Amino acid sequence: MSTLLRLATAGSVDDGKSTLVGRLLHDCKAILADQIAHVKTVSEARGGDFDFALLTDGLRAEREQGITIDVAYRYFATDKRSFILADCPGHVQYTRNTVTGASTADVVIILVDARHGVLEQTRRHLAVAGLLRVPHVVLAVNKIDLVGYDEAVFTKIAKDVGEVADQLGIADLKAIPVSALVGDNVVEHSADTAWYDGPTLLEVLENATGRTDTSNQPLRFPVQYVIRPQTDEYRDYRGYTGTVASGTVTVGDPVIVLPAGRRTSIAGIDRPVVTATSTAVVERPSAIAGEAVTVRLADDIDVARGSVIVAAEHSPGTRRELAATVSWLADRPLTVGARVLIKHTTTTAQAIVTKITGALDLDTLGVIDAAELALNDIGKVQLKIAAPLAADPYSSNAITGSFLLIDAHDGWTLAAGMIDDEEGELL
Amino acid sequence: MTAIVETPTVTELDALESESIFIFREVAAEFERPVILFSGGKDSIVMLHLARKAFAPAAVPFTLLHVDTGHNFPEVLAYRDAVVEQLGLRLEVAKVEDYIADGRLRERTDGTRNQLQTVPLLDAINAHRFDAVFGGGRRDEERARAKERIFSLRDEFGQWDPRNQRPELWSLYNGRHRPGEHVRVFPLSNWTELDVWNYIEREQIPLPSIYYAHERDVFERDGMLLAVGPYSQPRSGETVAKRVVRYRTVGDMSCTGAVASVATSAAEVVIEVAASEITERGATRADDRASEAAMEDRKREGYF
Repeated sequence: MSTLLRLATAGSVDDGKSTLVGRLLHDCKAILADQIAHVKTVSEARGGDFDFALLTDGLRAEREQGITIDVAYRYFATDKRSFILADCPGHVQYTRNTVTGASTADVVIILVDARHGVLEQTRRHLAVAGLLRVPHVVLAVNKIDLVGYDEAVFTKIAKDVGEVADQLGIADLKAIPVSALVGDNVVEHSADTAWYDGPTLLEVLENATGRTDTSNQPLRFPVQYVIRPQTDEYRDYRGYTGTVASGTVTVGDPVIVLPAGRRTSIAGIDRPVVTATSTAVVERPSAIAGEAVTVRLADDIDVARGSVIVAAEHSPGTRRELAATVSWLADRPLTVGARVLIKHTTTTAQAIVTKITGALDLDTLGVIDAAELALNDIGKVQLKIAAPLAADPYSSNAITGSFLLIDAHDGWTLAAGMIDDEEGELL
Repeated sequence: MTAIVETPTVTELDALESESIFIFREVAAEFERPVILFSGGKDSIVMLHLARKAFAPAAVPFTLLHVDTGHNFPEVLAYRDAVVEQLGLRLEVAKVEDYIADGRLRERTDGTRNQLQTVPLLDAINAHRFDAVFGGGRRDEERARAKERIFSLRDEFGQWDPRNQRPELWSLYNGRHRPGEHVRVFPLSNWTELDVWNYIEREQIPLPSIYYAHERDVFERDGMLLAVGPYSQPRSGETVAKRVVRYRTVGDMSCTGAVASVATSAAEVVIEVAASEITERGATRADDRASEAAMEDRKREGYF
């Protein structure tokens, strides 16, 4: 399995996310000389000390206002593994960008300012992490130097966040006292927190398990595009391209093609062989989750973009109605009866919101009645869909269990959706 | 997860390759008229290689577009034309030179032309009604590019609005756009310079010769080694010397610097890049040094 780890930062505005990221990159020696020189020049021109946040706040408006507006992606590596880091905004107005960064993360680092404790935005980001089922959450209690390295302050915040995380079903939470500005417990252990004997932030990141390997789960293969070369060499070739969403596809496997429900088997799996002058394919015996491949089927049946090839013994079937939890990302509110587009794996279809079952109350973490969902709300909805979808609950398959709602008129992405379990629990 | 399971493993490079191939296929399926921006530089060469893999054994279902500054390295143009010929691809060329000749653009006082590419690029996109435009930009290159989505909407003026980007969740890329708008697509978003070189080595992808160490007459300016040529001449006080160099990036000859190097193969370049203390653009691009937000400003106007 790949040792690549994808992480995202979250937390309220001014909790020091960009500073922490800058510190992490700097102390991992992931910042090159010209980047340091650039930050130094800009920091000095502004009459201040070396500003670590300038390493990731790349937009003019971000630098002017000293806030992060959109996700910045950074790439670094230690001797142990490679990292893709999404530095996300804290401001409530830009929560949708935090959802963007967190959706592909294996670890979310949630920062809390030691002086302020848990804020509404902390709870919102924890809810987002729980909802997206990010495997690991790290609580970085930042600016610990500004509370005199007081263990009691750290313990209280860790306990408060732990209670919220429990309610949200977050399984793996680790709390670390850090000072991003000074560097305490980011890469190096701090002498000022002798009462803390846990790992540093980097140690946690280096040892976290990466993405869950889903190659042992039932096969799901959404068809992206059909290849028909119609050349002399490949006259009757018909290949179905896609990325294995889960499971392992093996030549000879019995499969069902949804939504039609036709049974067939895998006749071949092809791997491209590309040289300077020739383009061909050779056969391979199998492919696992995450691999982009081309499959051929034993029978000549109707297969197109939007079809999903699934394990014959573990078909999810299809449905035209869904109960789901959504993170609402648009300025205009969602109301019952809204007509939207749903994008689910490789299918885009019309949908109607038939019911808003409730919204998450961030104070109590309970579900309350809601007539509409506003920007940044997390709510529970029911949808009626114009085409049958081969869908799984998000808890069992993040790819066939997730969808977007899209505005048919202007194309804006309105919501991130996660299909509920049969029991219909919120998170 | 302590049990040792005998399953085929997927390397980081395989994962990046699969992600890029997935992106190419999404675009082929959802857009009418996609185009690959192809400069003959290493990133666009890797893009084309990945696109070929995505649709093998069929041909790449995209046109290529090159915005020619008129200051290109001859080795790169020769490579471009050979690839197009060998693979039977369709190439459109938008020439900055034409715009200068008829007065639609004026030569800058510093003689560089990278900034001048935006108008010919946008005109070509409009004229051919391209709706998806693949660029080889990587997020690790530069701080404004670090902010890019993989599918990035451009309005009818070709502008990028970095403060109001669509959320991009999981691998559900939203390519919806209105008539006149287009989507820039960056299949190499998550690749680093080192990944690109490791991949070039693994796949044995041929590159223009200037990417490898060769002797060249150069002079030093702003810490960069500029080649003596028709578009860059030493000023007084700048001395010319024959050095062994290679190019880390390939852009307009007037603003692209070389680096001292003895690497004659992709494997040797990998070693050099891994040990480098300067980013590729920082080492070699005068155009990014113009201001604190030079790339962001160019990108907002519709640049690559």
